[in-house]
Amino acid sequence: MSAPGFTNLSSSVNYNQNSTPNGGDAPPYQNGPAQTYQSMYPPTGCYGAPPQHQSYPTIPAHSTPAPSKASMTNSVHSANYYQSNHQQQQQQQQQQRPVPQHHVAPSPYSAPPSQPVPSSGPVPPHAQYNQQLQHPPYATPGSYYGPQSYHPPPAQHTSQQQQQQQQQPTLVPAPASGPGAPLHPIVSYPSAPGNSQYGTLSSSQNNTTPGVLPTQMGAPLHQYSTSRPASTTAAQPGYGVAPPSQLVPTVNGQGSTVHQHYDRSCQSSLSYNTYSGAEADQLPSGTPSTSVHSSPGHHQGGDTSSSSTGSASPVPNSYDSLEGGNFPDSMPPSNDMTNQAAPYGSYGYPNMQQGYHQGPASHADSSPSHDPYGQSSYQQYSQPFPNLSQLSAALGGLSGVPELEVEALTPINLLQERSLLPPRPLEAPEPNLSPELKKVNCSPQTFRCTLTSIPQTQTLLNKARLPLGLLLHPFRDLQQLPVITSNTIVRCRSCRTYINPFVTFLDQRRWKCNLCYRVNDVPDEFMYNPVTRSYGEPHKRPEVQNATVEFIASSDYMVGTKRLQVNDNSTTNQLRPPQPAAYLFVLDVSHNAVESGYLKYFCDSLMENLDKLPGDSRTRVGFLTFDNTIHFYNLQEGLSQPQMLVVSDIDDVFIPSNDSLMVNLKESKELVKDLLTSLPAMFSQSRETQSALGPALQAAFKLMSPTGGRITVFQTQLPTLGAGALQSREDPNQRSSNKGVQHLGPATDFYKKLALDCSGQQIGVDLFLLSSQYTDLASISCISKYSAGSIFYYPSFHFIHNPAQLEKFQRDLDRYLSRKIGFEAVMRIRCTKGLSIHTFHGNFFVRSTDLLSLANVNPDSAFAVQMSIEDSLADSSLACFQAALLYTSSKGKRRIRVHTLCLPVVNQLSDVYAGADVQAITCLLANMAIDRSITSSLSDARDALVNAVVDFASAYKSNVSNLQQSGLVVPAAMCLFPIYILALLKQKALRTGTSTRLDERVFAMCEFKTQPLEQLMRMVHPDLYRLDNMSDQGALHLNDTVVPQPHLLHLSAENISRDGAFLLDCGYVFYLWIGKCCNDMFIRDVLGCTNFASIPPNMSHIPELETPLSQRVRALLDWLQDNRAFSSMMHVIKDDASTKVTFFQHMVEDRSESASSYHEFLQQVQQQMSK
Amino acid sequence: MAFTFAAFCYMLALLLTAALIFFAIWHIIAFDELKTDYKNPIDQCNTLNPTVEKVKKIKRVKIALKLVLPEYLIHFFFCVMFFCAAEWLTLCLNLPLLAYHVWRYMSRPVMSCPGLYDPTTIMNADILAFCQKEGWCKLAFYLLSFFYYLYG
Repeated sequence: MSAPGFTNLSSSVNYNQNSTPNGGDAPPYQNGPAQTYQSMYPPTGCYGAPPQHQSYPTIPAHSTPAPSKASMTNSVHSANYYQSNHQQQQQQQQQQRPVPQHHVAPSPYSAPPSQPVPSSGPVPPHAQYNQQLQHPPYATPGSYYGPQSYHPPPAQHTSQQQQQQQQQPTLVPAPASGPGAPLHPIVSYPSAPGNSQYGTLSSSQNNTTPGVLPTQMGAPLHQYSTSRPASTTAAQPGYGVAPPSQLVPTVNGQGSTVHQHYDRSCQSSLSYNTYSGAEADQLPSGTPSTSVHSSPGHHQGGDTSSSSTGSASPVPNSYDSLEGGNFPDSMPPSNDMTNQAAPYGSYGYPNMQQGYHQGPASHADSSPSHDPYGQSSYQQYSQPFPNLSQLSAALGGLSGVPELEVEALTPINLLQERSLLPPRPLEAPEPNLSPELKKVNCSPQTFRCTLTSIPQTQTLLNKARLPLGLLLHPFRDLQQLPVITSNTIVRCRSCRTYINPFVTFLDQRRWKCNLCYRVNDVPDEFMYNPVTRSYGEPHKRPEVQNATVEFIASSDYMVGTKRLQVNDNSTTNQLRPPQPAAYLFVLDVSHNAVESGYLKYFCDSLMENLDKLPGDSRTRVGFLTFDNTIHFYNLQEGLSQPQMLVVSDIDDVFIPSNDSLMVNLKESKELVKDLLTSLPAMFSQSRETQSALGPALQAAFKLMSPTGGRITVFQTQLPTLGAGALQSREDPNQRSSNKGVQHLGPATDFYKKLALDCSGQQIGVDLFLLSSQYTDLASISCISKYSAGSIFYYPSFHFIHNPAQLEKFQRDLDRYLSRKIGFEAVMRIRCTKGLSIHTFHGNFFVRSTDLLSLANVNPDSAFAVQMSIEDSLADSSLACFQAALLYTSSKGKRRIRVHTLCLPVVNQLSDVYAGADVQAITCLLANMAIDRSITSSLSDARDALVNAVVDFASAYKSNVSNLQQSGLVVPAAMCLFPIYILALLKQKALRTGTSTRLDERVFAMCEFKTQPLEQLMRMVHPDLYRLDNMSDQGALHLNDTVVPQPHLLHLSAENISRDGAFLLDCGYVFYLWIGKCCNDMFIRDVLGCTNFASIPPNMSHIPELETPLSQRVRALLDWLQDNRAFSSMMHVIKDDASTKVTFFQHMVEDRSESASSYHEFLQQVQQQMSK
Repeated sequence: MAFTFAAFCYMLALLLTAALIFFAIWHIIAFDELKTDYKNPIDQCNTLNPTVEKVKKIKRVKIALKLVLPEYLIHFFFCVMFFCAAEWLTLCLNLPLLAYHVWRYMSRPVMSCPGLYDPTTIMNADILAFCQKEGWCKLAFYLLSFFYYLYG
């Protein structure tokens, strides 16, 4: 959480600066919206607090107020905020409450205008905005979000929220089109963009993305800041100040605004509490963004009908905060409140990846207007939902973007063209859709297709010789996610597709499913447009405006007899309520484990993160240790100290006590802490070398089956006792053989069967393997593979001898323990009639042809799906894919997250090639190759990969390219394909000829199956930058930090010079390579060493020096880091060190002792083509 | 033809083949259900709550999949009978299938219990399609051999 610290600092600075420009510029209406958001935010935090209720009654009256009034009210609030900001936060909260009552906006105002502009306050509103724009990434602390908006606004509250949302939207509409247009909340976001800075903050993911903000720190400040800006804007209209009047006037929901403020203010107060402890001062920096997000987009319910409410809030995702454990204490009212209203699910993960990508562009220009919005999907609002004619036009008019296509199709002769890499990491290609559809389409980070233009028939697909498939990262941490609560979730009656932006509304009462083309009725509830509080605008609902939405599910979606499939014995057919979060830790305490010393670090880490474990007051935890026996721990509340129960009968494991082994975390926290403190010492004298992993897992399964949940297993050696005992299968002499690699598959199906049982009982098993010897990961990993768990592997882990692994272990644990989690999940993937799913890749159990059973779902695992085309798609011009993930949040709510991706269908081969996504294709091929190497053999898999290149190149040559030039010609869109495939062949998972330990190979294979695309691509083809001569050209300006953007270099030793310093970004690790002749200035300024010789051999940190060079290097590193969930390690490698092999093995374009160079590879491909 | 051991073999084979045809049909239905499960259109409740019929269906599928081993054994059994009866032509006709069964069982996934199908991979479209095709082919083969035994 603390990571983004620098951002905070910078942000504060920026604030001041920014503030002036904003005021001067004219972010008129935008400001307005922004303001509203902000204002809203703060209140939200306090949900539980009384204010809400109070506000409630008032709402109706407010709803109709004249625009001017509304603005006034806003201003007032803002004003209050302002003051409060300056003052202590607590005071603010109090003030806020009163404010709403005050209706008189103006008076407070006068003060605000003056204040805001000046930098005096820690948080001039404008300033904050700017920061957000620039920083976006940093601005949003993940934790921050959560608390504010999400907190569970009770159902009652939802109505208020809705109103709030309305306000926002209202703001928006003014700018866009007619007043009638007003949008739902979501819409409002987009509007923000116009404003530029403000807008961006709120709506744009970009802003939030950065949000990575360390966590909670900034939250309070942000809120304030936000409030300020709002106030300023509001004030402006009144005063005639800069801000355009637009904002204020148009707002429909003005009346509601007041209330909104209220709520948010409440929330803010909550957040306050949480944060206050942490860092009040810094607060300003991070918060702003959050506030923006918080503004909930929609209010569906309307004031009157609480029952029908759909409160959709396009909230930022601070899921963590909501669901995650960041604010354990602050959350207090938690359970009850949450249950009532969970509308806001935002996942604000600290490290949001998205933000960054999108961010760069936006960041670059300070002018807020364009960037964020464009990318964010919300712009649509401005236009009312396309009516039929428009829509058909949109469908038909896919013509667009010929230029892009031409560019993507430029033939490139790989044998001649040497520098193929783009200067920046490759972005996902944009599907060739009409602009409206493009805007609402699902983010490529969540949902990506290998061919962004779907071939019309299987014949055409075969001709193209490219795989068709999807890469999914469904539970990714999102910055911004509309959450919808409504009684009826609108779905197609025939195929059960959730309504999405790509359906067609035939008229007001009917919609046509875009997957099966059935015409459905629009239910009455859906007719209601919360924004305008009028009937007849179903196409303005958030479900229809966002490709990614989350529903709070009703009881229809509870877990039923899922267990039947795996376990015949239980035939109950009753629904059970959502399970509480349950965590069981299974720890290896054999001699080997004690030697490695992991136990202490695990206990420390868990102790630290105990409050961050996602969950609510029902959260249950348990511990189990094992060597040759199994030890249970009785942590029942009331005991003076934990009781250890030893079961030595490992052939027939039983549970010694039924209800006291899994205990309520809240009630038994002291005992848990006791146990964690004493555990490391308890076994320090252990001499037992046997390991009964199998029985321990069986015991864990029995312990967890009543509830389901997550089992975390730590294992340090080969299991040798009881069921599931394994023998060593690896022959070290064969590690580097060129012949087939044996034993990639499991030796026993014990772990697989147990995993299926676990999956049936909704238990996910995560495996941490810390071992220096062969542990047969191929067999053990099955326990996680089929129960949708995740696998972590730390080869040669030792707490003294291997500090690098230790640090990685600790960092991973921090992330692992506090990351969001979904229980008892299933994911269904539906696609347009004619397409069908061929194969799934990832960790799960396939329950049906399109249904995955995921006992646990975590935000870091991704899935791949191979598709095939069964029927011709000729009768439609669009193909859609919908992934619906139904899960139980750690707060015990059933939720459905729906992603919908829409792609054009083409009938020309050249169009297919123009839309090919080379990264996605590489990842899908990697997954297929892994499967192949397990079912067939490694050499088969390697041949298949080479053949993929050969086939593709020949297909292109014979079908598309009319140039009869010699050489290896591929379209520009695919020019990196051979490099990527070659890199793939040199990966640990697939390489031959190089000594590779079997476990490491198997682990690399597991990684391929579960890592999201960006991470995978960095592992396959790392990014190489030169650091010692970075220029500021094209640098990003985030906040006051300049993030240089060095060019990507080809992974070849010819690009590495002795007088340089190079950064290699491998995803999970950074290598900083220092050349022998690297100038001393760089070494001194960045590494803090006097010269090359004095660099310590195992340096793994970049010191925080105050030199400009150091700052820029660290800014770059932090920026890269912010994109990923798990923080990466840093290794400084000297030119002369023996470790330089580890660096040069990533130079995949060079020849190694066992593999060919890039050029040789191309020649080999060409040779095979001519055969 | 007098009532010889060979005639007895044919009669027995006839009956057993009828059983095998039954197995094959069940096999086909089972995989078809697996495949079309998701097309269950008016399944208003969520997929998480399989209705009673669904449960029954799942059981039926499981039973069908468990019939694989008996099927192989029955087939092996009357191959042995034909061998004893020195019905070389009939035996030759059956040998390819016998060999296929042996190969199929040898190359099954790692499992601790008898059975051919791994629940974790069965949903792979290739495997599913292969199994379905296998079912149809066997059905055809058994039908032909049924009439062969009947008139032979």
